[in-house]
Amino acid sequence: MPIERIAVGLTVNGCAVEQWIDPCAMLLDVLHELGLSGTKKGCEMGACGACTALADGRRIVSCLALAASYAGAAITTIEGVGTPDELHPLQEAFIDHDALQCGYCTPGQIMSALGLIAEGCCDRATIREGLSGNLCRCGAYPRIVAAVAEAAGL
Amino acid sequence: MSGVAFAYSRAADVADAVARGGAPGAAFVAGGTDLLQLWKAGRATPTELIDVYGLGLDGIGVDGDELSIGATARLSDVARHPFVVDQHPLIAEAVLASASGQIRNMATVGGNLLQRTRCPYFRTAGMACNKHRPGSGCGALDGEDRHAALFGAGSSCVATHPSDLAVALVALDATVEVSGARGVRRVGLSELYRLPGERPDVDTTLAAGELITRVLVPRAASIGRLATYVKVRDRASFEFALLSVAAVIRIDAGTIVHARLVCGGVAPAPWRLPAGEALLIGQKPERGVFTVAAAAAVEGAPPLPGNSFKVELLRRALVRTLTTIATGS
Ligand SMILES: Cc1cc2nc3c(=O)[nH]c(=O)nc-3n(C[C@H](O)[C@H](O)[C@H](O)COP(=O)(O)OP(=O)(O)OC[C@H]3O[C@@H](n4cnc5c(N)ncnc54)[C@H](O)[C@@H]3O)c2cc1C
Ligand code: SF4
Repeated sequence: MPIERIAVGLTVNGCAVEQWIDPCAMLLDVLHELGLSGTKKGCEMGACGACTALADGRRIVSCLALAASYAGAAITTIEGVGTPDELHPLQEAFIDHDALQCGYCTPGQIMSALGLIAEGCCDRATIREGLSGNLCRCGAYPRIVAAVAEAAGL
Repeated sequence: MSGVAFAYSRAADVADAVARGGAPGAAFVAGGTDLLQLWKAGRATPTELIDVYGLGLDGIGVDGDELSIGATARLSDVARHPFVVDQHPLIAEAVLASASGQIRNMATVGGNLLQRTRCPYFRTAGMACNKHRPGSGCGALDGEDRHAALFGAGSSCVATHPSDLAVALVALDATVEVSGARGVRRVGLSELYRLPGERPDVDTTLAAGELITRVLVPRAASIGRLATYVKVRDRASFEFALLSVAAVIRIDAGTIVHARLVCGGVAPAPWRLPAGEALLIGQKPERGVFTVAAAAAVEGAPPLPGNSFKVELLRRALVRTLTTIATGS
């Protein structure tokens, strides 16, 4: 028996959207369907953090988030952070500290760090622990921590 | 990467969840962080998901002599709740040693207690696994058994339970409140889990459609008690336990009068070590005592070829945990 699509309302980067989705769809796939490709697909099992977005201000991995379950939530993706002309201070700090190489994990690192800064982080050790959910295959960790520390005012 | 399609609906309330949750193919979903992994791997095949995430069972507070933690409370909210931090820091410690900041924002207490084993054979489509399909064989017993259990396993399944929180909660004598077709009941967390035996596919004593509504921790468990959680893993953060220890002791006039030693990552459920506990009672909180108790606690653990290192690791982790408590550092 084919399963019917369901209507889900979300606020994505401040815009209300109504989307007909597959009930089995992950939030990550719905974001891609909306043309927002900044949120990256990595392991799809919650282990790499590339797909990190904010739901009602809290960081989550969108690959394990059932989109239907997030109906009504306010989602923020990397596209909703800064603009090309006016980067967010955390984005500036990533550039200043050269906190990326290939860049694939960067949107997830930035979204995760924004969530972490909102949760509160008091020193570099807390940042390292707090960002352990985001892997960087290029190993830019020391620079990522430095960028986040600067943006957090540490 | 996806499994067989399922239908989705939100439970209207607990009664609705319970009324529909027992139907064949139905499953509750909360944060989805475990169920959806298994679904993607083809190892969970629900035909209908009933969402309990938004049921509002997420309150944390004091109820009489107990600390009550709602089943859908997110792990991150549990770890920073003032009552938890103040009365049962052991719970916060175990939660903060779990998963990542993102997962803790999604994962619920109920889902955490009911998450399934991390045995790689169980989680990989096509692998022989009695927990997935009884009678299909046990890949771990014939193959990679580094992660396997030391206690409570059987010839059908040697998998371990991966929850950190459950280990802390057993050490605090927690119970869970469950709603089902026959009403509300309470079950000790230790009794929630069952050993593999002939039915390695069944992890718990819950009936089909029973919903965990909250976890209750006696507040007395906090009074004058010293406790800590030690987790040993392959990397310093964002990793499941090779093994872990939650220890709770109470010292009166220089003597240990209450002791709980519970370990994780070594059995199909959080595992109490009564032989070790007994050797602590009536003794002074000293390293020599801890060493004797730890040796007794691990005695007779029958390792497999690949996990024998865990016996000595557990003995040392027990000594370290107790020493940390006694010295306060
Ligand atoms: C990358 C990664 C790393 C992790 N590391 C750790 C770790 O170090 N330590 C650790 O302890 N855990 C770890 N986890 C596991 C994580 O904590 C669990 O996946 C999570 O707690 C499950 O909660 P959930 O709400 O997402 O459950 P769900 O996935 O929604 O549900 C899990 C199961 O519980 C059932 N269920 C859920 N709620 C109820 C209820 N109220 N009543 C009855 N049944 C219910 C569901 O039907 C399902 O069978 C990790 C997970 C990931 C993805
Ligand atoms: S140990 Fe249990 S879960 Fe792992 S393969 Fe064997 S039967 Fe399956």
